[in-house]
Amino acid sequence: MGIDWFPLWLSLRVASLATLIALLGGLWVAWLLTRKGFRGRELIDAAVTLPLVLPPTVLGYYLLVLLGRMSPFGRLYESIAGEPLVFTWKAAVVAALFHAGPLLIKSARAALESVPPDYEKAARSLGAGEWRVFWQVSLPLAWNQVLAATTLAFARSLGDFGITIMLAGNIPGRTQTLSVAIYDAVEGGRGDVARTLVLVISAAALAFLYLANRLGRSQFGRAL
Amino acid sequence: MIDARLRKAFPGGRGSTPFELNVELKSGAGVTVLFGPSGAGKSLTLDCIAGFVRPDEGRILVNDRLLFDAGAGVNLPPRQRRCGCVFPDDSLFPHMSLFENLWFAAARLPRRARRQKVGEMLERFHLENLGARRPYELSSGQRQRGSIARALLSQPALLLLDEPARGLDAALRMEFYALLREVRGEFGVPVVLVTHDLDEALELGESMHVLVAGKIAQSGAPREIFAAPASAAVARLMDCYNLLRAEIVAMDPTTNRSRLRIATADGTEFELIGPYFPGLLLGAKVTLAVREDEIEHGPELTGGVQLDLRRVARLSRGVRVELSGGIHVAVGEAPASGLSKQWNVRFRPQSLRVVKA
Repeated sequence: MGIDWFPLWLSLRVASLATLIALLGGLWVAWLLTRKGFRGRELIDAAVTLPLVLPPTVLGYYLLVLLGRMSPFGRLYESIAGEPLVFTWKAAVVAALFHAGPLLIKSARAALESVPPDYEKAARSLGAGEWRVFWQVSLPLAWNQVLAATTLAFARSLGDFGITIMLAGNIPGRTQTLSVAIYDAVEGGRGDVARTLVLVISAAALAFLYLANRLGRSQFGRAL
Repeated sequence: MIDARLRKAFPGGRGSTPFELNVELKSGAGVTVLFGPSGAGKSLTLDCIAGFVRPDEGRILVNDRLLFDAGAGVNLPPRQRRCGCVFPDDSLFPHMSLFENLWFAAARLPRRARRQKVGEMLERFHLENLGARRPYELSSGQRQRGSIARALLSQPALLLLDEPARGLDAALRMEFYALLREVRGEFGVPVVLVTHDLDEALELGESMHVLVAGKIAQSGAPREIFAAPASAAVARLMDCYNLLRAEIVAMDPTTNRSRLRIATADGTEFELIGPYFPGLLLGAKVTLAVREDEIEHGPELTGGVQLDLRRVARLSRGVRVELSGGIHVAVGEAPASGLSKQWNVRFRPQSLRVVKA
């Protein structure tokens, strides 16, 4: 049986990029959400959690409307990048971002909030500004949990189907990710291809979950 | 030197009772103790001074530098307040070595001076061979010394210690107290020490503020407060006072004596001869504080009160008995023959102090 491995590589590439973006943006949003006296933070928290509970088709629809070629954003993007965003592999990254982002923000916020306040208080009283407190104290202490969440986000974004198919479509060799390829194989009666890909993605997901659990344990002698 | 006046109210709500901190502190160059039971607002006061909690009203001056003034809208962030904080559980950063912890604090110095200063501090605090270790690889005494060294490296104008000896055993405590006295002399940094340990307060404090329920109940030298608590609440904290409800039934200024009728919670009643209390009237109801170790006892004493033995507590510093009326007497070493059921105790007039109820 000749299996086209392009969907696997595309999925890995899409998930990696989405996770990286989610990590950078997510840490920042999570940090904002841990600020006391930041009004409306619970509303923002709820808003960023929304993608976790809405049906993927609903999200796909929103994104299609927001990012489509007729939308202001879509036109702006097209004028800068020279090609539309929708129905490219980059749209698959956006789709994956909607899985990785909320997961990361939620977990990173919990991780940052679990850092005992005395450490941050000590750092501030020693003259450190917020930037130093975050990079040298809060984040290192929360790092294991953040890394575990990143792994989880990567595994989750590897498997998106609904948003991807609405936003990036199912173009073999261009936008066909692993989960879309599995659907395609089943539809096309290629059971052996579907079986192989299903096993591959299951094994990958299991490996990542195992890794996430291992990473989630604290590395310091003292319980945090 | 601190000159602070602060008020912070917590309205209370679901599951929490309202609380108001309302204190005025003035302290000198030495060690100032904030003493009080847990929940009195001691740590909250430190948090207000260090800038972690914003008071509703008031102002805070440290060495004549304005850190906070609600009226003028001044509220320096913690990093500009130059308050070196040491928390109950040392709070050395667990992901850094001891050296890195100290390095973190000395950020104001240029690189070479920074390295030298950190090395000096490790040496000064007898930690010179432990710089590479993580906090969890250090003993509790070493961690505590490390966190003081770290706080001093940031060149603080004031050292705030929140129960720094918690979790240290008796021997380490003594060592730690000695170190703290040296530090105060050497570095010339005023220290505010929060504790609910009376021995620690007496050992280290040059002045003391007793906090009860968010308010300062008494201020002064620790020994003086210990010898003459101003109120029943303060006397209770000293852990060696009997508090008796009494009525003045006779007063005689010519002999400088008064007669007091004592009525205790369990219904025991007796009369005592007290000193003349200027300013109090016949029939006044007062609260008396009587130190446990100032009550005389023994069958041979004349003019004593007969009380029954209720309970015996054998403590490290001697035996303490509880007699009827809830009266505690410190009796030193317990006789080998056991303690008698009937006690004859005598209260010296001068040991009867009137305190605010």
